[in-house]
Amino acid sequence: MSLLTLKDVHKSFGPVQVLEGIDFELNRDEIVALLGENGAGKSTLMKIIAGVHSPSSGKLLLEGKEVAIQSPKHSQQLGISIIHQEFNLLRDMSIAENIFLGRMKKNRFGTVDWKRMFSETEVLLKRVGIGHLSPKQLVMECSIAEQQLIEIAKALSFDANILIMDEPSATLNNEETDNLMQLMKELNEQHIGIIFITHRLEEVFRVADKAVVLRDGHLIGERRVTDTDKDEIISMMVGRELKDIYPERNIQSGDNLLDVSSLSVKGKLHDVNLTLRKGEILGVAGLMGSGQTALSKAMFGLLSIESGEVRINGTSVRSPQQAISEGIALLTDDRKSEGLVLELSVAENILMPNYRTISNRGYLPKKKMKTIVNQWIKELSIKTSTPEVEVRTLSGGNQQKVVLGKWLETKPQVLILNEPTRGVDVGAKSEIYKLIKNLADEGMGIILISSEMPEILGLSHRVLVMNEGRITGELDIHEATQEKIFAYAVGGENG
Amino acid sequence: MNDRLLQSALFLDKFRVLIIFILLLFVASMVSDVFFTVTNLMNVLRQVSIVGIIAVGMTLVILTSGIDLSVGSVMAVTGAVAAGILTAGFPLPVVIVLTLVAGLVIGAFNGVVIAKGNVPPFIATLAMMVIARGVTLVITGGSPTVISDATYRFIGGGRILGIPFPVILMLGIIAVMYWVLKNTTFGRNIYAVGGNEEAARLSGINVTKIKISVYALTGMFAAVSALIYTSRLMSAQPNAGQMLELDAIAAVIIGGTRLTGGKGGVIGTLIGALIMGVLDNILNLANVSPFYQDIAKGLVILVAVLLDSKLSKIGK
Ligand SMILES: Nc1ncnc2c1ncn2[C@@H]1O[C@H](COP(=O)(O)OP(=O)(O)OP(=O)(O)O)[C@@H](O)[C@H]1O
Ligand SMILES: [Mg+2]
Repeated sequence: MSLLTLKDVHKSFGPVQVLEGIDFELNRDEIVALLGENGAGKSTLMKIIAGVHSPSSGKLLLEGKEVAIQSPKHSQQLGISIIHQEFNLLRDMSIAENIFLGRMKKNRFGTVDWKRMFSETEVLLKRVGIGHLSPKQLVMECSIAEQQLIEIAKALSFDANILIMDEPSATLNNEETDNLMQLMKELNEQHIGIIFITHRLEEVFRVADKAVVLRDGHLIGERRVTDTDKDEIISMMVGRELKDIYPERNIQSGDNLLDVSSLSVKGKLHDVNLTLRKGEILGVAGLMGSGQTALSKAMFGLLSIESGEVRINGTSVRSPQQAISEGIALLTDDRKSEGLVLELSVAENILMPNYRTISNRGYLPKKKMKTIVNQWIKELSIKTSTPEVEVRTLSGGNQQKVVLGKWLETKPQVLILNEPTRGVDVGAKSEIYKLIKNLADEGMGIILISSEMPEILGLSHRVLVMNEGRITGELDIHEATQEKIFAYAVGGENG
Repeated sequence: MNDRLLQSALFLDKFRVLIIFILLLFVASMVSDVFFTVTNLMNVLRQVSIVGIIAVGMTLVILTSGIDLSVGSVMAVTGAVAAGILTAGFPLPVVIVLTLVAGLVIGAFNGVVIAKGNVPPFIATLAMMVIARGVTLVITGGSPTVISDATYRFIGGGRILGIPFPVILMLGIIAVMYWVLKNTTFGRNIYAVGGNEEAARLSGINVTKIKISVYALTGMFAAVSALIYTSRLMSAQPNAGQMLELDAIAAVIIGGTRLTGGKGGVIGTLIGALIMGVLDNILNLANVSPFYQDIAKGLVILVAVLLDSKLSKIGK
């Protein structure tokens, strides 16, 4: 029977029409993949079901009965649980408090029953594959992937019969994704209907029963996964065929650009050595928490270094300002808390690290700024009504493109990319890959950290593998395979 | 919600402070027919100028998601400094420069404690509020320092083309800071720091420098107000500027700048300060007892801010 039905749903934000006439159905025992380009309206549609937005018009039926969902709370009470694309965790609170936020367990004296909350949290964390974390740990100290899994654990704790996941795997690596897919199947066997959004199409064919495709707020079509293939889905999504996501690799042999020598950061990095050459794309792979993010931050002068150093142009990098003035740029994996100022405009976010170079003794020439902003909006096909809208109103993937534009405009010598295409759709991804390759061809050195193995294998000239804060392997791209990388990532031949 | 309604809600959202202000002017004209005379309006403007100038600095500080509780005391202490060196016989230009520098230095000290010492702004400036008040008492010996230099009277009492000089100062400072916030790297960085300090830092913005600068500027603006205030009274008062920080904060918040930073501006603050000034004026014109005036003022602040958050909800 139909668990959830949407009929002719419209939604607009002011003059911006986001959804037009969407019909949608989720059956019990069904996993539905919701697909579409960045800004197609996927998250908005899910937020309507979750009571975050109310539709401008249209009907919503639960088990055949029409309901008007009033609020997120109401949606929860109706048995709907959602994981939003942007995390909603309180960073200064513990994992357990976050999971039971607003519904703390009480003991018979009416005070908080910490014991029960901790033990239930432990079970949930184990279920999503992060049993090694203590329920008492602060969310602030968790990596982005861990935060994603905490959100999933939280969603599971609601005992819902409809589970919505908005890009749950965007920051997860292969193993974590495998675990997630397994979990989805198990939940589905317990008759929980699941809707999930993803830009990694192979996931669709692994777990979904049905794929629904949106484009520009319209329903383009739906297919049983057994009756379709990746190419058809892609052409439904982008409206054209897409060949060769990864550009041809050029051979490079430039001079040394950046040297990291015996770099150690307490509890995070141990004796890391690497060199980056001009024009080289250096992939850095590893399992969750194996130190790639720490390495990226240390190279940018953000962590206090215990021993060793990061050298570029003969100077040793100590602070982010110094890193930037020496020509290093870092795109972090946490766009919400580190990448964007959500309430400032698209234009201002792109310009933020570039004011110093644009400005004329502190004065900012308007025309020049406008040209720069418009160029990136076009080049990265950022979907926004004007450059002046607050960046928080953009879809997740488009926000990511803003972060990319912001750093690409700094025209650095060394660009450190941590999850550069998180949440970006396939079409835009291939454009971004071309851009990255062209920058390398022009002599930029690029360090690419990604949980997406194909991205690393498709772009890098050389791959470093990390495990527990050490570099455990180095592979030339001709010999690199997923298996070899994995072997090094789990401690591998040297470990 | 249909489009028309939404558009008008968005309009309300943008100009809500102005609308509240216009409503208040309307009420004022009903309460007293003296209100809309040139003399009275100039009076209101002149009275607003001391708080208005300080509130400009407060706006910058609040935009970086900070707060400065020391402004009242800083005004008192820089006023005492001005009166002291003036009576010691220094020429007026030197007095002005030294007073402004004193304000700048005290403000910068606040900034350094906050940005480098990682002390919460509330605590750091609370401490400075007490210290500066103490220093004022030491300098003045607890009683007013009288100023006799007649040319000094111009700062607070002079007029150019019929407009009181303090009003020109206030409007000038607001115009300059409006331009700076909009068109300079420094201005844009203030918003970035208040909106997301971490993102700003990672963008290579010198967060420490920005913070020290906004507190330093606030100190300097407090010194400007000190010059006006001491000139008005032709003396430095040991208890000058008490509770002034609250008026300044109220003007900023009524003016629509967000207390958590990243959003707002000085034009709103001007209107916020004017709302408070007009209110004082009406209550005076209507002969309301000073005790009730405080109650009324508090209530209006509350209503203005409540209305503000209600209207901003409709806009969403
Ligand atoms: N609060 C809002 N105000 C104005 N416009 C909005 C708002 N929320 C979303 N939009 C617009 O709606 C459109 C659809 O956004 P949505 O987040 O649903 O896209 P999406 O399909 O989830 O994309 P992505 O794959 O990038 O996450 C976008 O163009 C976005 O700018
Ligand atoms: Mg989305």
